[in-house]
Amino acid sequence: MPAVTETIDAVASVTEGPYKYGFETDIEMEFAPKGLSEDIVRFISAKKNEPEWLLEWRLKAYAMWLKMEEPRWPAVKYPAIDYQDAYYYAAPKNKPGPKSLDEVDPELLKTYAKLGIPLKEQAILAGVEGAGDSPSEGGRLPVAVDAVFDSVSVATTFKHRLEKEGIIFCAISEAVQKHPELVKQYLGSVVPQADNFFAALNSAVFTDGSFVYIPKGVRCPMELSTYFRINAKSTGQFERTLIIADAGSHVSYLEGCTAPMRDENQLHAAVVELVAMDDATIKYSTVQNWYPGDENGKGGIYNFVTKRGACRGDRSKISWTQVETGSAITWKYPSCILQGADSVGEFYSVAITNNYQQADTGTKMFHIGPRTRSTIVSKGISAGHGQNTYRGQVKISPKATGARNFTQCDSLLIGDQCGAHTVPYIESRCMSAKVEHEATTSRIAEDQLFYCRQRGLSQEDAVGLIVNGFCREVLKELPMEFAVEAQKLLQISLEGSVG
Amino acid sequence: MLKIEGLTAEIDGKQILKGIDLEVPTGEIHAIMGPNGSGKSTLSYVLAGREGYEITGGTATFNGLDLLSMEPEERAAAGVFLAFQYPVELPGVGNANFLRTALNAIRRSKGEPEVDAMQFLKLARARMKELSMPEDMLKRGVNVGFSGGEKKRNEVLQMALLQPGLAILDETDSGLDIDALKIAADGVNAMRGPNFSSLVITHYQRLLNYIVPDRVHVLMNGRIVQSGGPELAKQLEESGYTAVQAA
Amino acid sequence: MSVLFEPGPEGFLRRYEGLNARLPGHRTPWVTALREQAAKAFREQGFPTRKIEAWHYTDLNLLARSGFAEALTPVDEDVALPEATAPQRVVFLDGRFRADLAETPDSGIPVRSLGANLSAAEGLLGGVAKLDEVPMAALNTMLFEDGALIDLPAETNGGAIELLSIIQSGERPVAVHPRHVIRLGKGASLVLIERAIGRGDGRYLHNPVVEIVLEEGAHLTHARIQQEGPAGLFLSTVFAKAAAGATYDSFLLHAGAKLSRSEAYVSLDGPKAMAHLNGAQLLSDGQHGDCTTFLDHAAPDCASRQTVKTVLAGKSRGVFQGKIHVHQIAQRTDGYQMNQALLLSDQAEIDSKPQLEIYADDVKCSHGATVGELDEDQLFYLRARGIPAATARSMLIEAFLQEAVDAVEEETARNALATAVAGWWEKVA
Repeated sequence: MPAVTETIDAVASVTEGPYKYGFETDIEMEFAPKGLSEDIVRFISAKKNEPEWLLEWRLKAYAMWLKMEEPRWPAVKYPAIDYQDAYYYAAPKNKPGPKSLDEVDPELLKTYAKLGIPLKEQAILAGVEGAGDSPSEGGRLPVAVDAVFDSVSVATTFKHRLEKEGIIFCAISEAVQKHPELVKQYLGSVVPQADNFFAALNSAVFTDGSFVYIPKGVRCPMELSTYFRINAKSTGQFERTLIIADAGSHVSYLEGCTAPMRDENQLHAAVVELVAMDDATIKYSTVQNWYPGDENGKGGIYNFVTKRGACRGDRSKISWTQVETGSAITWKYPSCILQGADSVGEFYSVAITNNYQQADTGTKMFHIGPRTRSTIVSKGISAGHGQNTYRGQVKISPKATGARNFTQCDSLLIGDQCGAHTVPYIESRCMSAKVEHEATTSRIAEDQLFYCRQRGLSQEDAVGLIVNGFCREVLKELPMEFAVEAQKLLQISLEGSVG
Repeated sequence: MLKIEGLTAEIDGKQILKGIDLEVPTGEIHAIMGPNGSGKSTLSYVLAGREGYEITGGTATFNGLDLLSMEPEERAAAGVFLAFQYPVELPGVGNANFLRTALNAIRRSKGEPEVDAMQFLKLARARMKELSMPEDMLKRGVNVGFSGGEKKRNEVLQMALLQPGLAILDETDSGLDIDALKIAADGVNAMRGPNFSSLVITHYQRLLNYIVPDRVHVLMNGRIVQSGGPELAKQLEESGYTAVQAA
Repeated sequence: MSVLFEPGPEGFLRRYEGLNARLPGHRTPWVTALREQAAKAFREQGFPTRKIEAWHYTDLNLLARSGFAEALTPVDEDVALPEATAPQRVVFLDGRFRADLAETPDSGIPVRSLGANLSAAEGLLGGVAKLDEVPMAALNTMLFEDGALIDLPAETNGGAIELLSIIQSGERPVAVHPRHVIRLGKGASLVLIERAIGRGDGRYLHNPVVEIVLEEGAHLTHARIQQEGPAGLFLSTVFAKAAAGATYDSFLLHAGAKLSRSEAYVSLDGPKAMAHLNGAQLLSDGQHGDCTTFLDHAAPDCASRQTVKTVLAGKSRGVFQGKIHVHQIAQRTDGYQMNQALLLSDQAEIDSKPQLEIYADDVKCSHGATVGELDEDQLFYLRARGIPAATARSMLIEAFLQEAVDAVEEETARNALATAVAGWWEKVA
């Protein structure tokens, strides 16, 4: 049995209900005063000991945010958010900033152990227990992890090993101190401060997140991973991730997230920016498992996230893979700006909504350079009272001669109280471009279920099997270690949806 | 007569044809055999004038006309007919309309009077009967919903109607069962005569049991490496292409 | 000589205020109440702007900036008529019902002037239209003067009828708001060919609204052929509802006009109702065409089919928006939607937004969309058979459109559409 599965089972035994990560870590925290104001923005910036230009940048974003309106076009419903009734900064006390592993609070290490996230460098995600650091042992590559707990990064593993290759992998707050020129050059260059309401909010108050720089020609020797954990009450998480892949480099990055079970709704408004130069490849995988709320729709995370990658260089490639099982509401459209000639954008998504979850997710592919190509594969699964919307835009500019897009968008409905919606926007300004979109909606057929059950599977296992089959095209895009976890998650997310 | 000299061509910067020299005198049928990737289909497309191939050197003339400088339809009017390996589907274009438009375009270019719908139907029906094709194929969209065999027979029907001076058969035998193969071969054999020549491109010797060629050429890696009589095809069937390569 | 009224919604509202004591039905309380309700809805909404999601791709600025006048066509003005597409025909000249120009065979059914027979339309007129959601329909309801009233009794076969609307335009831009009201009783059937033709090259607004009620098992074939003048603005709306077992089989053709947008709101209200919402747009240089449909599956076991094709030449812009809403009750819905755009020019633009909104689980719904230029392999295949490039292009464009027209099963309607599209490809190939 893989370690992750074991971990899930282990966590399941100490928690109640289907959500396996709902526990809370009892640790002394430091908060900024509740509410949002220019002073809070200054407070956060001062806490991080930021240079003047970054404070200015944040204040500008804040000023713009004040003038903006919350988007109303997504097909999701929620009560008005009181932006003054939340904490914008929460950090484990006395442990500001990243530390070496030895200095990390043992409570935190225990938390991550419970979540199945290895913060010990010898550990291997989903690998054999006790296997070493070397990729050859156990046949799996190690995974470097940046762990973000509420507003701060608490640990980053394998840093030194990566430094040998010239790779920078650290908390973004650390990058601001150590690599200001890189941060200044790229921060906001893909998602500008005023891009949208939540991106502006994030730009004003972001606290931490990961920073990755892969130098020219380097193939990152291991998967990089960030694990986000919201722990504190009434706290929003606003992390900011920036990944730059210089010419000819290659990186695969994983992102995971969980939060305790609470009755209240908590806001997660992250921004992720990716930049790929000539011939560079960035593969960004997410398994999103924020607390979805209970079976009556109480509590859960509002996951309002802006993720965008710029294929700046010729023949560059950005590939997004996401498995969205958590959150009360998900609002995210990982996008690609295909500027470089022959650049490639990909979006593979599985989104599950069960109980009262709502998801409005999809992608945007902007074809700007000649012969740019994009592929979109979206699998939406609705169960319970869940509402699941695919919203995707494919835009072809006049200069994107010979551009190609293919979109496949499938919805699966389980039960007659849920909804599945598909809203593609195809906008072509180029004669020689070719765009193809296909969408289907179906349900799990009775005879499929019966066939499985006649062969001895339980109802839930049968659903899990069929759902996994439905999502196969997307799951196979995940790094192997993640795929195992994702498959298990799909099944857990759908518990109680049938029968 | 088809005359190819020193023909080189590339696709996306990759050289496929590396200097082809070939003569097919009028009235003769020549076979070109070769393994996959040897450049067989490229040669047929280059002769028919498909876009996407860059001719980097050499010449190809048919009855003295410089094929390489002509538009695809001009080559067709000059009598060059390509039977496609993968005939293209044209949804919404009726087979009858397509055939008659093509026939009249070629007749026009020769200064011959166009055929009207009735004359055409009579002509087409006669040819279709010879090829054992059901008449409803005329009403359907060109190649739409046709089986692999039906598509190939449709190619032979077009050849029979358009009466080309040079027929290039690109792997016409692929995907055909033995009965369909015989029908297709009969179609070609029926065209044999002093004013007809043909280039039969095939991977296997099988088709050449039914269309007996005057000459056989072996194409490998973009060049013709061996030429001979019909016996060469049999020899290849027994020893395989690797033997030629080794020789 | 009438003066232009001021531009924008205000102009139309002021015109309504000045005219409402003279509009048809001004002494009939339910009509005046309906007009008042429409005026209120139009006042609140104004012209739709691109900020509204459903109008993101079509800009009505040209309409909002223009001032219009009323048509002052003499009631007996003579006009040359195109060949009829159906045995029975009624003619509207500049929006006015012209009984003298109608062609009614012995087997013909009664088609009345709505303006002259409003009392017969009580309960029908305004019964299906959504005034609060569709400002152009509110505008029409506020100002309509005439249109056709067809109320076909149960189990009647009404044959095929052409509704021909001719608008003459010149220097003075006119605005015409025809209103057609059609009810097919239980089991009745009708082929309706609604044709809009523009004469002259001046600017005008043609804003027809059609309300359709199909009772149980009724069958309506509705071909809409828009061949407006080159500066015409065509904004049309169809509201249709189909009861159990009824079929609404429609086809929309946009061939003319500077700017055209046709909206269809179709609701399948009874089990086993069926809708076809097919269409084609032929857009040349300077034209903007928008086909927008909203289809409600509001009952179980209904089916819908939609194929819309757009061909764009020169500097033209095409829009397709098709929303299928499957209500929770609408189990066993079978919905299929396909939209395809063919771009013939570097300056052509297409925006396509198919949309599925599904709240029932036992459904079979799919949609597809393709955008591209003429297929190179197909062109080569044709040319390799000796067909010149221009002919080959024109054959492929024809084939592309033919597929759409072939979806119309009813012969009279299909022939009318085939005639209307014929030859277009030769101009643009």
